[in-house]
Parts: sequence; structure tokens; C-alpha cells
Amino acid sequence: MDNDIGLWGVPLAILGGAIRVSTPFIFVSLGETITERSGRINLGLEGTLVFGAMAAYATAVNTGSAWAGVVAAAISGIGFGLFHGWICKFPKVNDIAIGIAMMLFGTGLAFYFGKPYIKPSAPTLPAIPLGSWSSSPQLQAALNINVLFIVGAVLAVVLWWALKNTKAGLILRVVGDSSDAARAMGLNPNTVRLLATAAGGALAAIGGAYLSLYYPGSWNERISSGQGLMAVALVIFARWNPLGCFAAALLFGGAGALGPALQSVGVTQGYYLFYAAPYVLTLAIMIATSSPGRMLAGAPGELSITK
Amino acid sequence: MSTSSETSGNTPIIATAPASSLEGLARRSEAFAIPLLALIFGMVLFSVFLITQGRSPLDFLDIVWRGGFGSWFSIQNTLSRASPLLLTALCVALPARLGLVVIGGEGAIVLGGVAAAALGASFTTAPSFIVIPLMGLAGMLAGGIWIGTVGALRHYRAVNETISSLLMAYIAIALMNQLVEGPLRDPASLNKPSTHPLAEAYRIGSIPGMDVHWGLAVGIIACTLSWVLIEKTRWGFAARIAGGNVRAAQIQGLAVGPLIVGFTALAGAFSGLAGMIEVAAVQGNANASLAAGNGYTGILVAFLARHNPLAIIPVSIFLGGIYASGGLVQRRMDLPDATVLVLQGLLFIIILFSETLYGRFKMFNPDLWKRGT
Repeated sequence: MDNDIGLWGVPLAILGGAIRVSTPFIFVSLGETITERSGRINLGLEGTLVFGAMAAYATAVNTGSAWAGVVAAAISGIGFGLFHGWICKFPKVNDIAIGIAMMLFGTGLAFYFGKPYIKPSAPTLPAIPLGSWSSSPQLQAALNINVLFIVGAVLAVVLWWALKNTKAGLILRVVGDSSDAARAMGLNPNTVRLLATAAGGALAAIGGAYLSLYYPGSWNERISSGQGLMAVALVIFARWNPLGCFAAALLFGGAGALGPALQSVGVTQGYYLFYAAPYVLTLAIMIATSSPGRMLAGAPGELSITK
Repeated sequence: MSTSSETSGNTPIIATAPASSLEGLARRSEAFAIPLLALIFGMVLFSVFLITQGRSPLDFLDIVWRGGFGSWFSIQNTLSRASPLLLTALCVALPARLGLVVIGGEGAIVLGGVAAAALGASFTTAPSFIVIPLMGLAGMLAGGIWIGTVGALRHYRAVNETISSLLMAYIAIALMNQLVEGPLRDPASLNKPSTHPLAEAYRIGSIPGMDVHWGLAVGIIACTLSWVLIEKTRWGFAARIAGGNVRAAQIQGLAVGPLIVGFTALAGAFSGLAGMIEVAAVQGNANASLAAGNGYTGILVAFLARHNPLAIIPVSIFLGGIYASGGLVQRRMDLPDATVLVLQGLLFIIILFSETLYGRFKMFNPDLWKRGT
């Protein structure tokens, strides 16, 4: 079999890259979706993600189990989420600004406690070689899919279903659309938002665990390239729909993989513009779907960015 | 619309009752006491953190003092680090007076820097007293257009300014990388793609008698002018009304649209100027180092200063001092350099949290005095 597949290498590299790069996006954006559907925005998921990456790596180094690392990340994410959710329930506290502060705090703590873990190597998360039927190494590489990617895909479907069809989903949507309606139903909006932010934090931290335990698969201070912040844009792009998040995560991941893929076949110009494409797209969608009378179609009514 | 901005004299919105000097003092001291209280509380929490790490908080304070403020050398270091923050904090504080949270100043910095560098490098013999102001103008224009667009999108399309400015910061950084690696690249910059270097005559030097560049003076002037703009002019007054209640401002006949675009454009212009100064005083050309995070630290400064342009000056110097002492903290106390980041994040959270305390303390609120109990 001829291994030189020429230009076909580009779409394959993008596909493989999209799957590899998109997994943290899937988790962070699903987490942010849960939080935002409750009517609160957490811009601090970047900090949670970086801390999750560190906590996962440190735990994996110390216990020898990558999955223990994922659990540790999730627990740390719950902690950050609860903190954000608790502090935002006080009047006059700006949830957007608190998010930025939490981002600084989370990354600071992660770098602080992560310093001793830059050198040791941790066990990595397992991947499933779905491409083993093929003799093309490129295809095998592209279809070598991590378990967390599959978990994320399933989670997106489950969340999409649960938001529509379960009581918990209904409660989340009511609180997100109108605090007053929620109170009239006997719900405490602050409690719901606290739990939603905690769940969002847990997912963001698992996204971080993927970064440090699978791809790129090491812990250092440049582990995140802003996936936590991008998630905010991604959720708007996906219109607060979990299935949309999954698709948007693949798209964002693919756009990120486009540059290196083109470079590998000799196209070196325009690399950075491809990298910016998801942001341009998100901005275009925001401009197209907002109008002076009504902000951001599809957004939860209580969300501070829609007021 | 014909009476726009002429109504400031008889607006009934802000009615300050004539107060006794004691009541006035009580109201005014709240703005000092609460941030100070928050700062002290933050330092106490951080001390607890240090103690759990087996370090002495007193040692830490001592080293921050010596590294940031204790000698002429460290003061100069502190002021150098504070000077970009003065301008980038204005990029957050000015729109905040209109009730907008703009967090994408980093984009205006990098584009301002690239614009200034591209313009400056195209001159070789023109006199510097023409070229340097032109570079400043180019930087301000680039930054102003960038953040002004954020304001225009906000007002005319109702696009959230926080998210759009963040997105535009990423787009700006990508644009800068593209320009610096492509059309504007100096072929001689091999490892670190940069624009062509500025002629030596077009570099901004140090303030006489100190090792701090003129950016510090520019920043202080910008903060002072912004304070005058907000507190002493009709535009500032209109902005404060619009920041309180857009609907009410429109009913009053204020042209809210131009006000928002103008304030955000000015805010972006200051950040663009910060980029120009970084190019002309520090780097000598534009490259990826322009995105050093000063735009994001500016958010912290602006919130700590509660968006008061004059308060930005001491807050920038305070944070500049903490930064300047980072290296010494790392060496002397054997703490990771991220310690400074932890302290910053903690202080930021507590300052934001303290917003909830305003109006709650009886001693600062004369309205509560009369009711008894």
C-alpha cells in the first residue's frame, strides 16, 4: 500500500486534529452551557481548566492512575464552581468580572502547586484505535480516538435530551429564563445556579485533564491555549444547545488543526488567519442574531450578557 | 435630539440633597474605607495561605516592600511596570462609566503597536518631533477604531461588548501575527518574527533623572485628562447618566450612541497608545511580545480603582510594585513566581466581592442615621 496519500493528507490531518483538539472544547463548552442555561455566566472556566489539568496530572503521577486524575480534576472543578456560584449570589457582585478574577486565581494556584510536576511523567488516558482496519498510518492516527472524546459525545446527546425532557432540565431552563417565574414555582434560583456552576466547573476541569493526560499529554504553564475562554464564544456560537456545542467544538478544533495541516503540505501563508476563523465566525453570528430590540436569539433570559 | 447634551443643567436624575459636612464626609469615606478593608482582608487571607505553605507573611511583606518600593532602583522598576497599566486600565474604566464591561484591551494594544511600528519604520530621515507624534496617532487610531467598533456594535446591534471585545482581542492578535510574519516582517528577524526596527531617533527615551521611559508621564496625563473628562465636562456627566440608566438618558435627549462610540473609541485609543509606547520605548519594533497580558492586568487595575481614573495611578503603582518584587519573592522565599498571580487573583475576587458592602454600613450611610435603631 502506498503511504504517500498526497493532498488527501490535509482533510485527514484536519479530521484527526479536530477530534484530538476538540475534546477539551466539548467538555468546557458543555459545562459552560449548563451554567449559562441557569442564567449565569462563568468566564473563569479557563482557570478551572488549567487547575483541572494540573490536579489531574499531579494525581496521576502520585497514584499511577490516569482515571484517578480525571476524578481529582472533576472534584477541583466542583470546588471552583461552588466558589463562583456562592460569591455571585450576593447583590451587586458582577459575575463576568468575578469570572475574570477566578481565571487569574485558578491559573495562579495551578502554576503554584503544579511547579513540582513539570518534570515527572504521568500515565496517559487510553485511546481506542478505531482505524486499525486500515493500513494507512495517517488514517490510523486520525481515528485513534480517546475515551474522553466518546464520553463527551455521549454527554452532549444526553444533556441535549435531558434539557428538554427531564425535570432537572426544566428547572434549569426556568431559572435561566426568569428568576421571578422560578421563585413563583418555589425554586431558589441561587441554589440552582450554584449547582449549575459546580457542574460546569467539573466538566471544564475534565477538559483540562484531557489536555494534561492525553493531548498534548504533559503538564506545563502553557498547557492551555485559552480553551476555557474560547468556550464562552463557542457556547454563543452553538446557541446554548449541547448538540451544537459538540459540532462547534469539532469546528473550532478543526480550524485550529487547519494551519498545521496546511503547513505540512507546504502552505505556510495565512496560518494565523485560519486560527482566528472561529472568532470571526462567532462574532459574525453574534452580529447577525442580535438586533437593537432583542439581544442574541436563543439566549437564556437571565444571562447578564443579554441584558 | 435637538437638545442633546444641553439638558445637563436641569436634569432631575441626580439630586444630591444639601448635606452637613459630617454626612458628606461619611459618604465620601465609604469609597476609601471599603476598598482598604477589602485590601486588608485580602492580605490576611493571603497570609493564611503563606502560613499553610510554611512561609512567613512578614517576610513576604518585607520582600515586596524591598523589591517594589524600598530603593530607588526598585521604585524605577515599579514605575516602569506601572506605566502601561495606566493606559490599559483606562480602556476598561472609561466604558465602565457607561455601564459597559470591555475586557479586550489587549487587542487594541497589539494593533496600536503594529500600526505605530509600521508607520515609524517607513520613515528614516524625517524629524523625530513629527514622526513620534504621528506614531502615537497611528497607535491611537488603530486602538480607537478597534474598541470603538465594540461600542458601536453594542449600541447599534446590541452585541454584548464583553464577549465581542474578547473575540476581537483574539482576532487582533491573529492579525498581528499574520502581519508580523508576513507583509511587515523584517527578513533579518529570524527566530522572533518582528517588524523592521525603528530608527534610533524615533525611540522614546527616559524621563530625565530616572530610568523610566516617558510612557509613565503619558499615562499619568491620560489618567488626569480622563478624570477631568468624566467629572468636569458635560460629556462625562452625560456618560454617568447613561451608565446609570440608558433609557432615562435617552428620554433626557442625550445622544447615547455617539456617547458610547466616543467613550469606547477613546478607551481603545489609550490602549493603542500603550502599544505604541511599548514599541517606541521598550521593544523597538512590533512582535508577539506586544501581547504580554497588560490588557488583562488593566482590567484588574480598573476594577481595583473602581473605574476612577485618578485612583488608577496609585493602583497601577501598587500592582507594578507587586510585579516588580516577583523575582525577589521567588529567589528569597523559594516560592514559585505564580505566587504573585495567586495574590492578584485573590485581591481581585475580594475587591469585587466588596461591591456588595456598599450602602450596608450604617456609619457611611447618613440616610440610615435618622431612622433610629
